[in-house]
Amino acid sequence: MKSFDGRVLFLDRSDINTDEIIPARYLTEISRDALAPCLLEDLKLKGFDPATDIAGKRVIVTRANFGCGSSREHAPWALEGNGINLVVGESFARIFRQNMFNCGMMAVELPADTIDRLFSAFAGHATTVETNVDGGTITFSADGLKEVIPFSISGFDANLVTAGGWVEYADAKF
Amino acid sequence: MGKTIAQKIFDEHRVGTPDTDVHVIRLDAVFCHEITTPPAIVDLERRGKDRVFDPTRIKVVIDHVSPAKDSKTALQGKILRDWARRHGIVDFFDIGANGVCHALFPEKGFVRPGYTVIMGDSHTCTHGAFGAFAAGVGTTDLEVGILKGVCAFKTPDTIRINITGNLPQGVFAKDVILSIIGRIGVDGATNKVIEFAGPVVAAMDMESRMTLCNMAVEAGGTCGICAPDRVTVDYLWPFIKDDYHSPEAALAAFNRYRPDADAAYDRTIDHDVSSLAPMVTFGFRPDNVKPVSEMTGTPVDQVYIGSCTNGRISDLRIAARVLAGKRVNDTVRAIVSPATPKVYRQALEEGLVKTFMDAGVCFTNPTCGACLGMSNGVLAGGEVCAATTNRNFNGRMGKGGMVHLMSPATAAATAIAGSIANSPLFKGKEHEII
Ligand code: SF4
Repeated sequence: MKSFDGRVLFLDRSDINTDEIIPARYLTEISRDALAPCLLEDLKLKGFDPATDIAGKRVIVTRANFGCGSSREHAPWALEGNGINLVVGESFARIFRQNMFNCGMMAVELPADTIDRLFSAFAGHATTVETNVDGGTITFSADGLKEVIPFSISGFDANLVTAGGWVEYADAKF
Repeated sequence: MGKTIAQKIFDEHRVGTPDTDVHVIRLDAVFCHEITTPPAIVDLERRGKDRVFDPTRIKVVIDHVSPAKDSKTALQGKILRDWARRHGIVDFFDIGANGVCHALFPEKGFVRPGYTVIMGDSHTCTHGAFGAFAAGVGTTDLEVGILKGVCAFKTPDTIRINITGNLPQGVFAKDVILSIIGRIGVDGATNKVIEFAGPVVAAMDMESRMTLCNMAVEAGGTCGICAPDRVTVDYLWPFIKDDYHSPEAALAAFNRYRPDADAAYDRTIDHDVSSLAPMVTFGFRPDNVKPVSEMTGTPVDQVYIGSCTNGRISDLRIAARVLAGKRVNDTVRAIVSPATPKVYRQALEEGLVKTFMDAGVCFTNPTCGACLGMSNGVLAGGEVCAATTNRNFNGRMGKGGMVHLMSPATAAATAIAGSIANSPLFKGKEHEII
């Protein structure tokens, strides 16, 4: 199973699309590793600079409809290449969400007011999370502040996370 | 309680329910192109699973960058080509026979009512125009589709959009879908199927229905679907004439994919288009839409007519009608990209290519090209393009570039004016104000 722990990158905008996560001009890469340096290069978000803000981050916390647009799985791959295996948001576009779990990564949905609270309490601080997949909790910590947030994913999605993705699981079962 | 189209199709294709709300369905067709398939092929090889579930159900095209523009895109084509040959995939469309996937595959008769289709491409929703369940997926789902012929989906909850009224002259399917996305928003249909219904859809030809369904994903929809009817049968007839005695018999068979009168919808929306004007997007989201009249005079650097949304023959005919006898403005460059070789040939035979060339348009080979900013008309930073494509995301047609989405008629009028303009085909009241 992949790691879902580490420092948090807060992206305070809804509808961040997969063209912003990884622009089409990099889709000629066959190697997944080549995508990592181009992550979020076209993101339109005030105060965000991919050159300085991504390094060392392991988790993204964002708003609604993250990953809309193109079906490109290059988006999760570009995240994975940066060690980011967990995105927490209010909601996700269908294909992006499925792609994350299909890769054994996680896209976790939390209610809007919880996301609001996380942004107001933790954004702007050096925040880290620790995820307990079996227990269904994500613990946010920063500057002595700590909050344990419960989450749930379906049994099917949990199987994909445990199996490390959909290919082996599907080949064995169907 | 009755069933929606998608529920009926799922019931015929379900092979497992690994969880409540998860349905594994059997696939009738898996479509592949050179951007998202090579990573799937490479991964299958790495896993020692370089197999395909059924070479006759896999359809392959090189379309996004064609001809190859550099060594990397050449390698993508080569991986796909070698793989198709290795597995005896007969329906492989290479240079000379290739075109934009969502225009080419319907044209070949590969999509039928009641089919289930996936492709590693978000606009796979286009094929729902035939009464099929067709969904874009990522590379891993594609990989499993290629290997096993199955895919997992959530329960296909459906939004029904009844398109009513009379579509005014000079207002097209593109304007209708832009107005719908503007109304329900970019995540208005996330995880949902959109059934497009009502008298306006019934009166539309297949090309217009494909334009509608093509942009379902811009509202987050899994698939856009139109119920199969006589229009569907007539389009498909050359491909199905050996399977049915008569078009009536085919229609009778396809009727089982029409929704029940008491089908349970998640939401039903009545969308009256009687007073709809041509629409255009103004920001970086497809739901940022306005009537063209409110954007008139906005300068553009390039006009692009093509793509899986509006690169079909009916689109080119409309654009040619507007451009006939006119010149593209000196301040803009205009590109027309027919979506398939068949469209190209028709455009030649009907004299449309001459009309475009006389107007000063660059007429290209069939490819996605500039639509996703990979070749054939990439924008420079700060440049603006009036496009008949489906996405206006920041940088979509080139880093720092901006795209305004519109119909072919509006794009052609914009090419002449050098700035966003309504076409003379639209005689609505806004046109009179201008
Ligand atoms: S024409 Fe554009 S939207 Fe359509 S498949 Fe090609 S790149 Fe995608």
